[in-house]
Amino acid sequence: MKAVVSVIGRDSVGIIAKVSAGCAECGANILDISQTVLNGYFTMIMIVDIRELAMPFNDFVDRMSGLGRKNGLDIHVMHEDIFNSMHRI
Amino acid sequence: MLEARDIIETISMIREERLDIRTITMGISLYDCQCDDTDRLCTRIYDRIMSRARDLVRTGEEIEKKYGIPIINKRVAVTPIALMAGGVNIDGAVRLARTLDRAARELGINFIGGYSALVQKGFTNGSRTLISSIPQALAETERVCSSVNVASTKAGINMDAVAEMGRIIRKTAELTGEQQSIGCAKLVVFANVPEDNPFMAGAFHGIGEPECVINVGVSGPGVVASAIRRKGDCDLTEIAETIKRTAFKITRVGQLVAREASERLGVPFGIVDLSLAPTPAVGDSVAYILESMGLEKCGCCGTTAALAMLNDAVKKGGVMASSHVGGLSGAFIPVSEDAGMIDAARCGALRLEKLEAMTAVCSVGLDMIAIPGDTPAEVISGIIADEIAIGVINSKTTAVRLIPACGCGVGDSVSFGGLLGEAPVMPVSTWSPAKFIARGGRIPAPIQSLKN
Repeated sequence: MKAVVSVIGRDSVGIIAKVSAGCAECGANILDISQTVLNGYFTMIMIVDIRELAMPFNDFVDRMSGLGRKNGLDIHVMHEDIFNSMHRI
Repeated sequence: MLEARDIIETISMIREERLDIRTITMGISLYDCQCDDTDRLCTRIYDRIMSRARDLVRTGEEIEKKYGIPIINKRVAVTPIALMAGGVNIDGAVRLARTLDRAARELGINFIGGYSALVQKGFTNGSRTLISSIPQALAETERVCSSVNVASTKAGINMDAVAEMGRIIRKTAELTGEQQSIGCAKLVVFANVPEDNPFMAGAFHGIGEPECVINVGVSGPGVVASAIRRKGDCDLTEIAETIKRTAFKITRVGQLVAREASERLGVPFGIVDLSLAPTPAVGDSVAYILESMGLEKCGCCGTTAALAMLNDAVKKGGVMASSHVGGLSGAFIPVSEDAGMIDAARCGALRLEKLEAMTAVCSVGLDMIAIPGDTPAEVISGIIADEIAIGVINSKTTAVRLIPACGCGVGDSVSFGGLLGEAPVMPVSTWSPAKFIARGGRIPAPIQSLKN
């Protein structure tokens, strides 16, 4: 089971470190990261394995969006099934 | 493996183009609540709704969080109350409405549907009582939605019911006149009403439905409009293809949510209604889809053709994405709930006659249209009869939700706020159909009903 973590915000030092640390604390294992900086805006999409999460999935969603608010970032976590449903037959 | 392009597309559909699940609607049967004592009938209905739907809102919120997609409404539809009202008087029927309202309030849902009657062929005592009670019931409740099916392709048109609904709509408008006649926004007159529609105000739990069922309505006009804009100057075949692809993706999300809600609540999945349901928010408009195809303004010549193509492509794209498709499924064109329609009606591009033509090719009917407050009941009945005839002859659902705005004339506006939006009062022909309406009786079922 996987989830997609999307991060958008003004670029600054240490965003990946903070988000990765947040994932690690929750027990989400990072499988893939793609990120760009465009016009000073940082955009990252992470795919994480959530089989070993240390908490219910919805708590992970809350923890990550809380981490985003604290750091001026927009962080959303979505279960992979919504992407699979939409883009795979 | 998930591809970044797909992920970004989904995220921008939700965040920028307002893709959402419009409603998870739980249908609840009330048959075995039947009782000859009104107090006990109310108690049983209340208890049944509360026990079946107690986890509905919480479950909806959990699914919303899991998939990161807004689920705007969680709602309940019940057995048509006319079937429960055989033994009650008008006051008793209004008490039933208040019971539904109380249950809706305590469940935390914004609307409950099913204050309804099916009278396409004639009235039972229960349906007569219920219909007579509608104005008072809607004036005394906040969240109850009412609908009356007055015709079907199989049965023809019950013109006595059409005449009666003209008077009921007028009376409802008067009783809720201090709130911009809002009662009429919760009252729909149907032909060929679907029994599994999850959208309000026309939702009820049909007579062939199981004890309890989950139906889901998807939305996403903004997503379709953006996809068309991105295509640039392509031909209409390509636009139809784009709409199909987009409708497929939207519906797959609806199917996912429906399946999950059904599993979590332990209630069978009924249908996904693949409708494009607009909201007054800018960017969430069916009119803008039509305009993005190249119309200067919704309502101009060409609008019916554009809408016909949109409606057909939505169905073709959506039908493969869900195991069970039902409800109204198509494009909605409620004037007050669609920023582009409001704009087009206000500038005179969109008129009642054009809307009537548009309803021949899309899923619903004359929806959320404000008309002058002094429009006589027989003119309202005439509008209903015309719209219902389109449905009966074309074997499709049509509906009328008109708001005779008390104290208002053409040029004024009524504002309901929230999803119900704002409606400019539109002009209506003042020539009278009074004698035609007063004849009553039934318009026979058309020849195309004889299919056996």
